[in-house]
Amino acid sequence: MTATLQPPVAVVSRTRWARENLARTPMDAALTIVFGLFLAWAAYRGLRFVLVTADWEIVRRNLRLFMVGRFPPDQLWRPWAAAYVMAATLGFCTGVIAAVAATDPRRAATSAASTRPAASVRSGLRRFWPLVVFIAAVLVLIRTPLPGVLLIGLVAVVIACRAVGRRLPGLARWIGVIVAAAVLLALQIVVAAGGVGWDDWGGLQLTLFVTVAGIVLAFPMGVLAALGRRSSLPVIRVVSVGYIELFRAVPLVAFLFIGQYLMLYAVPTSVDPPSFLIRALVVIALFESAYIAEIVRGGLQSIPVGQLEAAQALGLGPVQTTRRVVLPQALRNVIPAIVGQFISLFKDTSLLAIVGFFEVLDVARSVPSQPDFVGQGLSSITLAFAGFVYWVGSYTMSRESRRLETRMGVGTR
Amino acid sequence: MTATTLPVTPARRPPPWRDARVLRVAAQVAVVAVIVGVLGYLYDNLITNLRIRGISTDFDFLDRPATIEIAYSDFRASQPVREAIRVGIKNTLLVAAVGIPLTTVLGTVVGLARLSTNLLVRSAAGLYVETLRNLPPLLVIVFVNSAVFLELPRIGDPIDVGGFLVLSNRELAAASPVAGDQLAAYALVVAVALVVSIVVWRRRTRASEVTGAPHHRVIWAGLPLLLGVVGGYLLLDAPVTLSHPAAVGRGISGGVAMSIGYGAVVTGLVLYTSSHVAEIVRGSVQAIDRGQTEAAEAIGLSSAQRLRFVVLPQAFRIAVPPMINQFLNLTKNSSLAIAVGYAELAAITLVLISQANPAPQMVLLLMTIYLVISIVISIVANVVNRHLQLVER
Repeated sequence: MTATLQPPVAVVSRTRWARENLARTPMDAALTIVFGLFLAWAAYRGLRFVLVTADWEIVRRNLRLFMVGRFPPDQLWRPWAAAYVMAATLGFCTGVIAAVAATDPRRAATSAASTRPAASVRSGLRRFWPLVVFIAAVLVLIRTPLPGVLLIGLVAVVIACRAVGRRLPGLARWIGVIVAAAVLLALQIVVAAGGVGWDDWGGLQLTLFVTVAGIVLAFPMGVLAALGRRSSLPVIRVVSVGYIELFRAVPLVAFLFIGQYLMLYAVPTSVDPPSFLIRALVVIALFESAYIAEIVRGGLQSIPVGQLEAAQALGLGPVQTTRRVVLPQALRNVIPAIVGQFISLFKDTSLLAIVGFFEVLDVARSVPSQPDFVGQGLSSITLAFAGFVYWVGSYTMSRESRRLETRMGVGTR
Repeated sequence: MTATTLPVTPARRPPPWRDARVLRVAAQVAVVAVIVGVLGYLYDNLITNLRIRGISTDFDFLDRPATIEIAYSDFRASQPVREAIRVGIKNTLLVAAVGIPLTTVLGTVVGLARLSTNLLVRSAAGLYVETLRNLPPLLVIVFVNSAVFLELPRIGDPIDVGGFLVLSNRELAAASPVAGDQLAAYALVVAVALVVSIVVWRRRTRASEVTGAPHHRVIWAGLPLLLGVVGGYLLLDAPVTLSHPAAVGRGISGGVAMSIGYGAVVTGLVLYTSSHVAEIVRGSVQAIDRGQTEAAEAIGLSSAQRLRFVVLPQAFRIAVPPMINQFLNLTKNSSLAIAVGYAELAAITLVLISQANPAPQMVLLLMTIYLVISIVISIVANVVNRHLQLVER
């Protein structure tokens, strides 16, 4: 039996720690004082703005606009129901994934520790603190009790379904189907039978929908374009390179103009032109897929030729080689970069404000000119709130991606 | 023994539907057919629809008067559309030309600060990066515009920072150099001083390399330059003067003035892009093998020397390609200026489309121009990159 000795843990006393981190040299100590004063001032100003000077009344009164835009108030049960469906799916699927990960012997020790309730609440809070702060802020801003109760219920559903999912690791292979079914169901709840058409959506609801739909559409297209760029067939390669380089060289705004002005005319006269949101979605998916293609290409290039040769030696055809050998490894290698691109997509949805969608940023830009608030210089407050919404979304995604990266050991194996 | 000849089977080609050579050609022909078919169909629809709506499909509109006003330019409404687009290109490049150097400097400083041994410096830089990187650039620009610049005092009563900066909610102005009478002579003097100091620098460096004596090249080479710059300035009686901005009535005179739209775009994009550049700088420095730093310590270099001579030159090589990407992003993101009313290319295109210029051609032009700008930047950047890369065995 061989006992692996862990490297000794250095014990650093507090004074030693303080000296190394705050005052190595006189110059360093001076920096500590300057930056300490600066950070204290910034924290004071920031907290004072949030808690004292800023009058959040404008956000409070327009919270519904921020969340769902001009969605008819009597139909609000629809987005709530859809949100509950999505929350249940999210909780369930992450639970199943966590259960599968726990069966991995290398991680069994760490996962077992986190199943104790107190520890898991603490680790959940530490992991999702931006989201927790966001939910708390919304709860503070809500004026009537019902949405608050529904919001807390939403979080409860996520946690409950996660617990259910943890007991059913066997469903892991059906996750794709479950997610697709849930997304379609949620969409139907909002749109079907006297529901509200896509062009009337707005606020955070629109942002989230465009992000999810954009990811679902752009990811397969990006993988296809990347494979095309690596193809041995010259025509397919040239077409893929042209597509990728064109979409990467021109800003999204220009493509949104195309969606606005050109796509209208690209359908036959006999057919009704597609709705504005669909055109914007197509444009966003095409645009982001070019960036995803370049990331996936990097992943494909990182696969050693030996893998291909081994697959061929086993008698796998080109399609099977790609599907079963190359792509799984290539995609695993670039997961962090792909999540980074999804974050960009999430942030890019703000550009919809330029072409006239009533999404979060546009709400923040326009509510300070409401008759009750006009001319009071309130845009710093509304924009700060919109920024907070975007920041919570992308920061949570980037934290999760970093977590995934360390768990999968990308770059260390 | 007689050699037995093996029966030679004539090479049989597989049937065409299993022959890889045939299939390869067939697949490519099929792809071309599908793409040409789809694009042709869309183009046909487009032309038909445009004809029905009576929208012209040629580029004659480029020579017609633009009938638009462009703030902060000498563009007149009677000038052709072509000229308006040219002003747009110039304004787009103006954002890139000012934004890229500022982003590089700010991003490098913040990126190095994130690696500081001082906890507070490190945290401040981390706060900066994690805040800005996770906000949409459009929101940063709109925030700088509406929540900062538009809240400045009105132009009649601006903030005046020692005569060097004048800030109001309509215009921002900074002090700028103005050419005097003897500028040409002064430029000559400075150029001569520069040449002399470069020669001295080289000789001191070489002498130091040969003899090992300290070169003190900064002092030796700096002297003639300082002499030329200061002496020339005094002798030639102030060939360059500083023009201070000042609020005069409903405008600002002197200095270099800019619209708050331009200020917001440049400030917003520099803040946003520098957070990404900082991450690139940090990543590249961390990518340098620890052994390099330890070796530098072992030969007795100070921490500044370690950074200057060992770590940064190597990190710089790693950082260049992703930095170029960020420069391209900044240039493309200048199109977000549309939201704050700065008249760059995309904004002018939008205004021109609203003035009944045909949208398809305008959008096509817009895309082509961005394509050219992107290609030029990447060609220049790739040349620079190739010169910087280490030539390995």
